[in-house]
Formats: sequence, structure tokens, C-alpha cells
Amino acid sequence: MANETLLMGAVAYDPKVVTIWDGFLAWFAKNGLDFDFVLYSNYERQVEAHLAGHFHVAWNSPLAWLQAERAAKAAGREARAIAMRDTDCDLTSVIVVRADSPIQSVEDLAGKTVGVGAGDSPQATMIPLIHLAEAGLEPNEKFDVRRFDVLLGKHGDHIGGERDAARALMQGEVDAACMIDGNHLLFSKEGTLPSGATRIIAQTGTYDHCNFTVLDDAPTALIDRFTELLLSMRYEDPVVRPLLDLEGLKVWKPGRTSGYALLERALDRFGVLT
Amino acid sequence: MNTVELGALGLDRGGHLLVKRALTRVEPGEAVRVVGSAPELAVHLRAWCRSRGHPFAAEDGLIIRRGDVERYNGAESAGAPNAVVDDAPATWGLAARGATIEAGAPAFDFVLHAKDDVWADEAARLYAQGAASQWDPATAIPWGDATEIPDAIEDAVVQVMTYLVENETAALVVSSRFAAQVHPHYFEVMQLLALNAADEARHVEVFRRRALMKRERLGLSSVGGQASLKTLVDEPDFAMASFLLSVLGEGSFLALLWFLHTHAPDPVTKEIARLTAQDEARHVAFGVAHLGRHTTADPALRGRLAAAIHRRHDALAHTAGLNEEVFDALVLLAAGAWTPAAISQGWDAVQSLERDMDLGRRRRLERLGFEAEEAEALSALHTRNFM
Ligand SMILES: [Fe+2]
Ligand SMILES: [Fe+2]
Repeated sequence: MANETLLMGAVAYDPKVVTIWDGFLAWFAKNGLDFDFVLYSNYERQVEAHLAGHFHVAWNSPLAWLQAERAAKAAGREARAIAMRDTDCDLTSVIVVRADSPIQSVEDLAGKTVGVGAGDSPQATMIPLIHLAEAGLEPNEKFDVRRFDVLLGKHGDHIGGERDAARALMQGEVDAACMIDGNHLLFSKEGTLPSGATRIIAQTGTYDHCNFTVLDDAPTALIDRFTELLLSMRYEDPVVRPLLDLEGLKVWKPGRTSGYALLERALDRFGVLT
Repeated sequence: MNTVELGALGLDRGGHLLVKRALTRVEPGEAVRVVGSAPELAVHLRAWCRSRGHPFAAEDGLIIRRGDVERYNGAESAGAPNAVVDDAPATWGLAARGATIEAGAPAFDFVLHAKDDVWADEAARLYAQGAASQWDPATAIPWGDATEIPDAIEDAVVQVMTYLVENETAALVVSSRFAAQVHPHYFEVMQLLALNAADEARHVEVFRRRALMKRERLGLSSVGGQASLKTLVDEPDFAMASFLLSVLGEGSFLALLWFLHTHAPDPVTKEIARLTAQDEARHVAFGVAHLGRHTTADPALRGRLAAAIHRRHDALAHTAGLNEEVFDALVLLAAGAWTPAAISQGWDAVQSLERDMDLGRRRRLERLGFEAEEAEALSALHTRNFM
């Protein structure tokens, strides 16, 4: 790996990923940073490659962050989150039933079927399930879990699993469905969950989503420059605005790791459902 | 604190409009309290604020703060609604004149982006006049009025109509091509050219329908006629094309159409000639207006226009010019009968038509600033095909 090029790993959960990072590549080049990226089809491979030194910085899902952090620790090393999207801070997920359902609270889910997203989706599966487990409802014991696996390995980055669970709820195939708060708004607006047809019975605690992860052997100067440039991107800049729109953020924020506690407990309790 | 009341309206049914409106009324960083009874309001407001960059605080009621990230920061105004700029920027693109344009808009390749190349103060008035004068070919022409006409005269009408169809088609192709090249900032010009093209479409229709009124076939199309029109269709420069088509060609056609109106053997042909001549007068007026302005701004343009006439004349030197069948048909129409005396009269009428055409061309050339002598010489070089 040439020292002057900063190499990033990312998971190709959608073709737009190429547009986004090709665009950022050009912007970084214009600002004097030689940047390039490699794409993986799944986060497990990306975490493995990161530990093996195939690239410097990973654009990680929250679960991939925990996996990288744990793998690093096991190897006597350290992982760090350097930056994240403003839209990835303080998310919540919700558990939704049909408006006419007799289910009024989490306790009423006992003996019922709960639809979740992909097995490795933090927002649509792991965090809602830990919320229920900690309320005394152990998944697969107190209630049935019905998974809507879309693109396993991509940690729920693809919205398909959540949408399938929402559709199954409306078709009566499941008694409840789990999704990120913003997707409940989106599904209501687009009609997947007709307005007024569903009722939210629970909202999880807040959690954070993706971050840029580096390991302790990352080239400091390059990483510092990369971070500095990321944080300097302005939504007002017409060159980066379309890329920020595509990536779904207004501003990059310094990385923080205080928002992964819920997911850690889910990972400890369930492992990764593959 | 500013408060916005949503009542039972949720953000999934348009509530965000009220929230956005409330946020525009405070400064970035200032708070707005959202009040409402929709059951999902807190969940949806949290998600909406996150995606829009507005900080959200649910702890103390639903309080949100206006973020400082705005899509239209750095936006630019695409000119003023009622004034045109000298050179319209490519990134103004299709935006309405006077709109506020998000920075970073794509650049469009409108070839005609300079005011001097296209503008005429008369464009808006001519457009309004043209829009108000659109006529319906189905009802404006007395198609049912079937006057008995001798066969030979009908043949002459069919031949002239056949010739007119190909000339009108050339005018349609040229107008519509340049309509699509004008920067939309000069929308009056774009609209006028589009309307001109629509006029030509109607002209093609009525000439064609008249030709087929009593016959099953159209007349003859000559190499010389099409070669003359091809030089128009192939002309890539708006000023040159406009000069050759509108000032010289359509100008000559004006005289031709009034000639047909005078000598029409039947009311259908007569009315067609009158209505199309009215439209053509507008086409000519715009050509003279924008080229008059253009030659005033850039006097060297006159030399290029003169060169274009010479070039076209040389290119057509080896062709026959006007289809002889068309010329003979015009004589016969003006004659109205096969007697030598009538033909002699028809001949004189066509001679007089050609003199009228020449006078008209010279007058318009002088309006573009050509000296009388030069105007006379240039008019003489105009294509024998008339258009
Ligand atoms: Fe016409
Ligand atoms: Fe015309």
C-alpha cells in the first residue's frame, strides 16, 4: 500500500455507493488528498480485510464497528471512530402494530409473531429485540421472530427488509414489525403503512449508526487530513451537496462511540443472526 | 417561544409544511415548540429533524431548533423577471427568468446565449399577436366551397401547393431547430420561434389539403427547388439562417402569397393565401427586428450576411432555380385562361410579382443598414426559387 494514498473500505449495499465515493474522491483530490476506495460485498469481509491491513479506514455499520473493535482488542490492538454523519446520531427504532390490534403494550406481544429486518440489521432486528428481551420478552421463547432477510452481510443498510416486515404487518402475516423511526415516517408517507393504520407500541432508547473506523496502525497524518477534510465539507458547497444528499447527511461530525451500548448488549446476548 | 399548532395533523400527512413555515420565522439556532395530538408526532418529528439538520429536544415537550444548513445558501437569481441580461449563463439552464437557482445546477449547451444574437424588443409583442391570431385549419378555410375550376387551372393550383409544401417544411425545420437553441432566458424569442414553427405546420397542412382537394396526387418537386431549400436547412448560424429564411425568403413569399390571393381561382385558395400571408408577415417582422438590432450592435455582421448571399448564390449557380412548372403555373393562374391574350396578361403579372419581391427585399435590406446600391445587388443574387 503506497503511503501517500489514503485507502478506504466500504460495503456496496447499493450502486449509488460508487457514485458517492467517486464524487468524494474527486473532491479530496482537488483538496490535495490522494484518496481511493475498495468495495466489499459484506461487512464481515471488510472487517477481516481491515484487520489484515488491506486499507486504512473503514466506513462501518454500527455492527461492523463493534466487530472491528472486538477483533482489534482480541489482537491486542485498538480501534477508533474518527467521524460520522449527523444523521447517524441518536436514532431510535419503533415497534409497530396494526391500529386495530388488541396488542397495547410490549407485554401483549407474548405468544405473538414479531417481524424484523435482516438478521444482522442493528436498527430493524438487534436493537428492537434487545429492547424486548430487556423488558422480559426473550425472542423465540416468549414470542416468535419472523426475519425478513434482505441482503444479509450488509447489516440492514438496504431498506428492503424493513419494508418487507412492514408489508407483512399490513397483510396480517405478523403481529408487529420493527423499523427505524425515520422509516416509519417514510412508510407512512409512501403508503406502505397507510396513515393511521398502525400504532407504535414501543420506542427503543437512542443509538448511533455508522462511523469511519481506523485501527491503531493507521497513518496518522493521512487520517488527520482525511478527518479534517471530512469535517470541513459544507452543505453550502454545490460540489459536495449532491454527494451529501446521496449519502444522507448535512454535515460530518467527529466520531463518538458512546451510542453503541444497546447494540453491544444485543450482540452479547444474541450474537449475529446469520 | 414560537409555537406551531398541528392539531391532529401528523408529519406523515403534510404536518411538516407547518413546521417548516414556523422554522422560517425564527433565526438559525432559535427554538420552536411543536404542539399536536397525532400519536406518532414525537417519533416522526425526531426523524424529520434529524434528516433536515434541525436539532431536536423531546425531553421538554417537542422543542426543535432551526439548523444552520440551508440548501439555498449561495443560490443565485436567474436575472430579473422583466429584464434580460447580455449573456445568459449556462447554469441558469431551464430555470424561469427571475427564479432563485440552487448553486451547482448543471450547465446547458444553449448555443444562442448572447442577447445580441437573438433579441428583439418586439419579440413579446409579436408572440402575443401570433398567439392571438392562431386559426383552426378545419374551420378557418371554406373547404366546402367547391367552385368549378377548369382542369388545367386546378393542375396549376396543385403544382403551386406542392411547391409551397416543401418551402413551408423548410421553414418549419429551421424555426424549430433554432427554437431549441435559444437560451430560455430569452423565452420570448424561444416562444416566438416555436409559434412560427406551429404556423408553418398549419401552412403545410392547408397547402397539402388544398392540393389533394380534387386530385389524388401532388405535383412535381424539382432538384433546383430542394437544393435551394437545403442550403437553408444546412445553415448552422442563426443570424445567417434567419437572414436567408425570414428577411429574404419569407419576405419574397409574402409577395407570392398576396399574388395567389389576388389570382386565386377559388375561395379556398384565396383564403389560404390570405391567412398564411398574415402569419408570414410576423415571421418577416421578427427576422428584420432581431437582425436590425444585431447589425446595429455588430456592424461587421452586415459583411457576413452579404457573404452568405454570395455563398448561397454560388452554391446554387449550377441549379435550375425555380421549378419551371411552378413558374408556368403562376402565369396560368394569373392568366385564368388559355388564350394568348390571357397568357400575356399572366406573364406580365408574374413579372410584376418578381419586381415586387425584389423591391421588398431591397427595402428590408436597407432596414438592416445596407446602402441602396448594395441592397439592389444583393437582392438580385437571391435564389430564383424565391425561398
Ligand atoms: Fe409559412
Ligand atoms: Fe414562415
